[in-house]
Amino acid sequence: MTMMKSLLGATAALALTSGAALADPALIYDLGGKFDKSFNEAAFNGAERWAEETGGSYRDIELQSEAQREQALRRFAEAGFNPIITTGFSMSTPIDNVAGDYPDTKFVTIDGYVDPEEHPNVKSILFAEEQGSYLVGMLAAMASETNTVSFVGGMDIPLIRAFACGYAQGAKAVSDDIEVIANMTGTTPAAWNDPVKGSELTNAQISQGSDVVFAAAGGTGIGVLQTAADKDILSIGVDSNQNYLHPGQVLTSMLKRVDVATYDAMQAGADLETGVETLALEDNGVGYALDDNNRELITEEMQAAVDEARQKIIDGEIEVHDYRSDDSCPALSF
Amino acid sequence: MDYNTLLQVLDSTVRLATPLLLACLAGLFSERSGVIDIGLEGKMLIAAFFSAAIAAMTGSVWLGLGAGIVSAVLLSLVHGLASITFRGNQLISGVAINFLAAGLTVLIAQDWFGQGGRTPSLIGGGRWGNITLPFADTLSGVPVIGPLYAQLISGHSLLVYVGFLMVPLTWWVLFRTRFGLRLRAVGESPEAVDTAGVSVVGLRYAAVAICGLLCGIAGSYLATGLQAGFVKDMTAGRGYIALAALIFAKWRPWHALGACLLFGLLQAVALRYQNIDLGGITIPVQVMDALPYILTVVILAGFVGKAIPPRAGGEPYVKER
Repeated sequence: MTMMKSLLGATAALALTSGAALADPALIYDLGGKFDKSFNEAAFNGAERWAEETGGSYRDIELQSEAQREQALRRFAEAGFNPIITTGFSMSTPIDNVAGDYPDTKFVTIDGYVDPEEHPNVKSILFAEEQGSYLVGMLAAMASETNTVSFVGGMDIPLIRAFACGYAQGAKAVSDDIEVIANMTGTTPAAWNDPVKGSELTNAQISQGSDVVFAAAGGTGIGVLQTAADKDILSIGVDSNQNYLHPGQVLTSMLKRVDVATYDAMQAGADLETGVETLALEDNGVGYALDDNNRELITEEMQAAVDEARQKIIDGEIEVHDYRSDDSCPALSF
Repeated sequence: MDYNTLLQVLDSTVRLATPLLLACLAGLFSERSGVIDIGLEGKMLIAAFFSAAIAAMTGSVWLGLGAGIVSAVLLSLVHGLASITFRGNQLISGVAINFLAAGLTVLIAQDWFGQGGRTPSLIGGGRWGNITLPFADTLSGVPVIGPLYAQLISGHSLLVYVGFLMVPLTWWVLFRTRFGLRLRAVGESPEAVDTAGVSVVGLRYAAVAICGLLCGIAGSYLATGLQAGFVKDMTAGRGYIALAALIFAKWRPWHALGACLLFGLLQAVALRYQNIDLGGITIPVQVMDALPYILTVVILAGFVGKAIPPRAGGEPYVKER
């Protein structure tokens, strides 16, 4: 049996090695899945754009369980892929465990954080989600007629709370007495793929008066956007541009340019600069989506107000509080 | 909580309880005949996918429902083949079915639609519309009863009413027909049924087929009633909660209705109130989410009566020689 195992292992390793050209990049998607129409799909789109423009090739894998994280990292590193790009905050610890064993391989964690002192071959890419959420929160408050807006989060983690907190701050900047309802879908990874629960949460929020709902919930968001469209209220998509899902009924999408981060990392290849990088409004790392599907929903005054706030945030005149900095939110209680 | 809010929470309860109820009754038929079925989740999932896929392709929700039922029954028969004919371990067969459904749905969806394991969004005739019962609009003005009728009882999709009608039907079939008597007997003492000259294998296959049928309706309701399409793993553990409800109900149809409504209510309350403030003590939402499982464990531990499963449950029948 042991013999068999090592044989099988060797074959598997060989299969991976033989497939890899010199230093192709590799991409590991988080549990939400490659085609979540949102976060992971943005990474996929970035990678595809890179492959198309440069004619290069890359390998990718969709994780199916927590146990595969370290395994996938090691497999790719053993097979000589460089850099290895990962999405999702949950990859921080596995990278922390693995990076030291492969000092010549560059690892990228999008949304995760690995101490650069300890592992000089890791690049952590973070986003200022609170800034982007602030802008869509302003739009939501300006579009709301009931003076009540709401938020549906996926799994209850600090990152998602940062979305909610930025959103609430933006809404309150427009209207002091606005009510912001925030709900999380759950506390396990299943919360990223439960559209039925997303729908019910949206229904509950609508009955509490909300007429604009912001979903930062991966696949669960599909249910939120669907219910919002069915019940004829506005919704806000997340990560990727989701305006096209229900044209005319999605107010905007909070963009998180995971695609750009992936593209840039692949473009840099093995010469990737490591360290910690936070992509904010000024780097166009976050923002709001405006296209033909939602142009009629965003009036000129709304656009002007948001663009002004954007400039003020970049200039430092408006300071958006980041939930992760002190685990509290001035505009919203969880 | 005012009356209107109460109605909204109860309305949400009905929607959330329906898939649980259908799956719970499905498990009830199977387990009463002595075939333990932890593959409810997988069967719901595959039915959700095929009903959404066929409804998306043909634009007919009825064809979708048919496809969902057929796929779930087929998967049930696989379970039957493994655990009745080949006398395999029923738990392992059930787990295998869950894995099979989780993988198969995404794989086929990607091949057919190329949208990454999901079906296109259903529109128009591809979804179940909400049925407005007669006089709902005229009666809605009547105080107390009016809104109750118009909001809570009226305005659900057809499958919700089917689900609730299944409860008396299940009771009648199991406790008032010859087939039901034999089906219960085969779960308690298959050798007695065999001695009486009735086919144990035939009865058990019939039970798992009914189980598939009900799971098929449950899955279709998730994908084409509550949602407008299939998303991977969209059952999100509802098959397991249905199993918990089945134990909580001690394998009885009317109690199953009560258990599913209770679990649905817990979910609805958890969705409506993130944290519940009880004068000083705050109950976090996680407690509400965990309550169905905690209650089941309490029942299993024998604190509230005894949950005695069908005696021959989980054991393949081997004819005595």
